[in-house]
Amino acid sequence: MSIIIGILEEGLIYAILALGVYITYKILDFPDLSVDGTFPLGAAVTAMLILKGVPPVLTLFLAFLAGALAGCVTGFIHVKLRVRDLLSGIIMMTALYSINLRIAGKANLPIFSKATIFDNALLDVVLFETLEPFGVVLVLLVITLICKLLLDLYLNTRSGYLLRAVGDNDVLVTSLAKDKGMVKLAGLAIANGFVALAGCVYCQQKGFFEISTGTGAIVIGLANVIIGTKLFKNLHLPGRASSENGRKRPRGMKATTAVILGSLVYRSCVALAISLGMAASDLKLVTSVLFLIILVMSNRKGKKVTVHA
Amino acid sequence: MLELKNIRKYYNAGTVHEMCMFHDFSMKIEEGEFVSVVGSNGSGKTSLLNIICGSIPLDSGSIFINGEDITHMPEYRRQRRIGRVYQNPAMGTCPSMTILENMSLADNKGRPFNLRRGTDKKRIDFYREQLQSLGLGLEDKLYVKVGVLSGGQRQAMALLMSTMTEIEFLILDEHTAALDPKTAETIMELTGKVVREKKLTTVMVTHNLRYAVEYGNRLIMMHQGQAILDEAGEAKKAIRIQDILDKFNEISIECGN
Repeated sequence: MSIIIGILEEGLIYAILALGVYITYKILDFPDLSVDGTFPLGAAVTAMLILKGVPPVLTLFLAFLAGALAGCVTGFIHVKLRVRDLLSGIIMMTALYSINLRIAGKANLPIFSKATIFDNALLDVVLFETLEPFGVVLVLLVITLICKLLLDLYLNTRSGYLLRAVGDNDVLVTSLAKDKGMVKLAGLAIANGFVALAGCVYCQQKGFFEISTGTGAIVIGLANVIIGTKLFKNLHLPGRASSENGRKRPRGMKATTAVILGSLVYRSCVALAISLGMAASDLKLVTSVLFLIILVMSNRKGKKVTVHA
Repeated sequence: MLELKNIRKYYNAGTVHEMCMFHDFSMKIEEGEFVSVVGSNGSGKTSLLNIICGSIPLDSGSIFINGEDITHMPEYRRQRRIGRVYQNPAMGTCPSMTILENMSLADNKGRPFNLRRGTDKKRIDFYREQLQSLGLGLEDKLYVKVGVLSGGQRQAMALLMSTMTEIEFLILDEHTAALDPKTAETIMELTGKVVREKKLTTVMVTHNLRYAVEYGNRLIMMHQGQAILDEAGEAKKAIRIQDILDKFNEISIECGN
């Protein structure tokens, strides 16, 4: 039971991260490595703010803003200074390492005794005795679902359409008399906002900020996104008719839902590997190897399809 | 009215590969003109379009639209008044978005892309009607992703999308070159219809001499960055395909191939 709760907790936190990575990797087609810096940025900002007495709920928004700001800088480096996408991310990631240390003051900042979104007076009242062990999961579920719904809503606005268009065909964005660079910049800001928000939630759940939490965050995010979109995107839920000739609206699973499920599946795989006897220090190795396996498998699948087509 | 004044454009300036594209090139396109531009490869046709749209920087010279200097206006700002259809049908649409979403995007050109709902439900019937005018059955595929459509269908959509909002100029960059002969014919007929109905000032680059002769009211032949043939009105009507071919041969002899 505790293993399942652990999977849900970690899976849901990384699902928020994955929503951000989904924006850059899938929508913008931008391999954004700054994620490795913005995830702990969210955590650092949160730890610092909570120790200063800022209400925990407010830290969610402030962490998002901090991430968005960092995303803007990555965007600025790429769009205005014309640095290659991968390099812009690396530059930002490296710079953020020091910035995070500055914000937190040291490499490890505990907030154990403080109230967090998971541990506060309001929750004690709302949650009954029986729900107590699921408290963290429930709070996470609410936050993750709100993030997902907001992102879904945004992607269906005019601004969201433009964001989807820029990764798909940026020539069209120019044809629509819009500056494609600014659209990319906005996309990077939103994406890194989500990533920092994930870092904020992570920090409050673990009860500390740790500088090394960011290492491999992008790998986890990419793994979640790729598993989710490969496994679930084309899954048609029973009872939801798919379109015949396009007259009806096709009802495949939303990519954002797929990404969240992908995150849970990936966490389960990692948990399985750990329970099979890997040490906790092997975590990053497990993360990478699993990601590699997924990449290779999804490549194979892709090849088969092209043979048939 | 579109005016190019003393355009100078060198490629790879200052290297051994330096190539002069335009040297003191000037041109004037009046309102309502439909200009067909022909010429061999490397004669400067596409460069001309890129210069008008601002896709490539100029070395010197200036460009005016209705007397307003737009030489230093960035490409995306110019596109507000310009609709452009490319040779590659993939350039004019978003493949991973549905037909309806693509139409909504195009419909919103010139207005703010804000947090309002992406597709205005009240406009769907209008989009259907527009798609119906293409005669390709796309009006029944509103929720199909554009990526699965054929090149011809995409190009028809690209044409529709680029002319949906109020524009002053239509730029056609060999927009039928990647299509099979029958589809090319359909797209060309559509083009003629749209230009007539919307009274657009149009510049069309084409390798199809028949289209150049049949469509438009002015014909320009480019060679080494210069307009070596420029006829409008009655003189343009009198031009036959053979005349253009003869001119091509003349050039070839001069160039020694």
